[in-house]
Amino acid sequence: MTPLAMPPVAIGPLAPVLIVLGAAGLVLLLDLLPRPVGRELIATVALAGLVGALLATLARWGKPGRAFQDMLVLDDFALFANVVICYAAALVVMLSIDYLGRNGPETGEYYALVLFSTGGMMLLAAAGDLIVLFLALELMSLSLYVLAGLFKRELAASEASMKYFILGAFATSFLLYGIALIYGATGTTNLDRIAAAAAGRAHDPLLVIGLGLLLVGFGFKISSVPFHMWAPDVYQGAPTSVTALIATGSKAAALAALIRVLVTALRGSQPDWAVLLWVVAAITMTVGNVVAIAQSNLKRLLAYSSIAHVGYMLIGVVAGGSAGPGAVLFYLLTYAFTTAGAFGVLTLCERAQAEAVEVGDYAGLARRHPVLAAALGLFLLSLVGIPPLAGFVGKFYLFAAAVRAGYLWLAVIGVVNSALAAYYYLRVVVFMYMREPEGAGARLVPSFAGGLALAIALIGIVLLGVIPAPFADLAQAAVAPLLR
Amino acid sequence: MSGYLPVLIFGLFIVGFGLVSLAVARLLRPSRPDAVKLMNYECGAVPIGQAWSQFPVGFYLVALIFIVFDALAVFLFPWVLVLRALGLSAFGVMAGFVAIIGLGWVYAYREGVLEWK
Repeated sequence: MTPLAMPPVAIGPLAPVLIVLGAAGLVLLLDLLPRPVGRELIATVALAGLVGALLATLARWGKPGRAFQDMLVLDDFALFANVVICYAAALVVMLSIDYLGRNGPETGEYYALVLFSTGGMMLLAAAGDLIVLFLALELMSLSLYVLAGLFKRELAASEASMKYFILGAFATSFLLYGIALIYGATGTTNLDRIAAAAAGRAHDPLLVIGLGLLLVGFGFKISSVPFHMWAPDVYQGAPTSVTALIATGSKAAALAALIRVLVTALRGSQPDWAVLLWVVAAITMTVGNVVAIAQSNLKRLLAYSSIAHVGYMLIGVVAGGSAGPGAVLFYLLTYAFTTAGAFGVLTLCERAQAEAVEVGDYAGLARRHPVLAAALGLFLLSLVGIPPLAGFVGKFYLFAAAVRAGYLWLAVIGVVNSALAAYYYLRVVVFMYMREPEGAGARLVPSFAGGLALAIALIGIVLLGVIPAPFADLAQAAVAPLLR
Repeated sequence: MSGYLPVLIFGLFIVGFGLVSLAVARLLRPSRPDAVKLMNYECGAVPIGQAWSQFPVGFYLVALIFIVFDALAVFLFPWVLVLRALGLSAFGVMAGFVAIIGLGWVYAYREGVLEWK
């Protein structure tokens, strides 16, 4: 018998994820103590875990690492995505503290699941192998399915959870079929080795079908049309803090993984997926924005808006090169701050005995709570893409990348859509500033942690909007390792 | 094709084992059928009926914990075989693994999952 050797276990590149998962374990342990501890303490542990992961991620910047036979690739690309994910998750935890105290069960489960899901997202962005990608996706999704149904006494929450779970499981099976066919075509699940094996035979039917199925699975996770049907219902039914996590973190992770798979493993099929995604991007933007116009529920409105934003980001994926994915990374950063902030304002508002989610609830908000109305207004203006806020710069880089790559028409569709989107975002602003509420409108529920989260998000969108260049340069540099 | 002969023999043993067990059981056991016993086995759920039915959630919780222990055992057996060769580091790795699973089990226990209601 040949002597066995312990395989090398490189913990270093795993450190950020391990910190998050360790914090999750600690939260579970705290929940088990015979004498119940305050939910503030549990939330603080969760927050500390996320901040620790953020610092560990930043500390590894510029020092790419690989672990477990290239199954995990923690290059600058993954690190950038991890920063976005950690920020989004930290904002969500801060927003949750008082929101959950008001509306939901006070258990550590919630924070543990948020952390597990965040760990899955971070792994997803760093997956260098289709199997790890699948596992990370499941870790992320399974936690989110449960979180969506957290308020289990509410019918809408159960519906959201059930829909998300069944459609999600269905979409995952497409992803798995795609992985199986790509494995069949190339004989490996490692992204780099797939690229090597697929070189020169991009039109192998197995590979093309595998690519298509993979895009279906990812299309569901990032809620691009025509796989977006779940998003409005889930966003509406899930607790608002969870909606913020689904809209920011899970989307950032899935988009990062999609870019990594397309740009590294399937770079040979670039003409194929670029055409497919061109169409998907155009339809996604248009459907998201047009349907959003008809929404009166703010959560549904933001759901369709997030669908539209995925369409914008797909423009960057189509544009390719280093400018396209770099622009997407930067956009993810701006989008995470903006969307987490917008949903954050929603978590701080309530109506008599209910959450304030209708646009009408926000009528006259500017008179009653000027600061809160101004915050929501700024987040919405950033979503429209008005300078000098982050959303404008993000869109600018995306459209510029598309034009430079020769996708003029796609950029034109994007610009037309942005103009279209202004209508429904500004409608909310008009309600806040120029209408009087019918009956009692939404009122602010003071929350220190929630206010702090909103302040961070606001600083984020203004900072990214006023001095975008250093961050955009970082995003561009982060994409470089993918393009070798 | 001769390589498949063991597979064929294995298959015959499988079928034979099933047939012999059923035949012996038929000879030995008392026969007192009732409605529940005659039902097709379908994991704690009523196999035939409306799709809109309640099903016992407790069954799935226990089943999940059982599967966790199954997975633990699957990893423990090969670990035992190579433990002497790999030494202390392998022990540490498995200790970490068992600790994580243990945390899950303690959590399930404290949440009252194992109390059959």
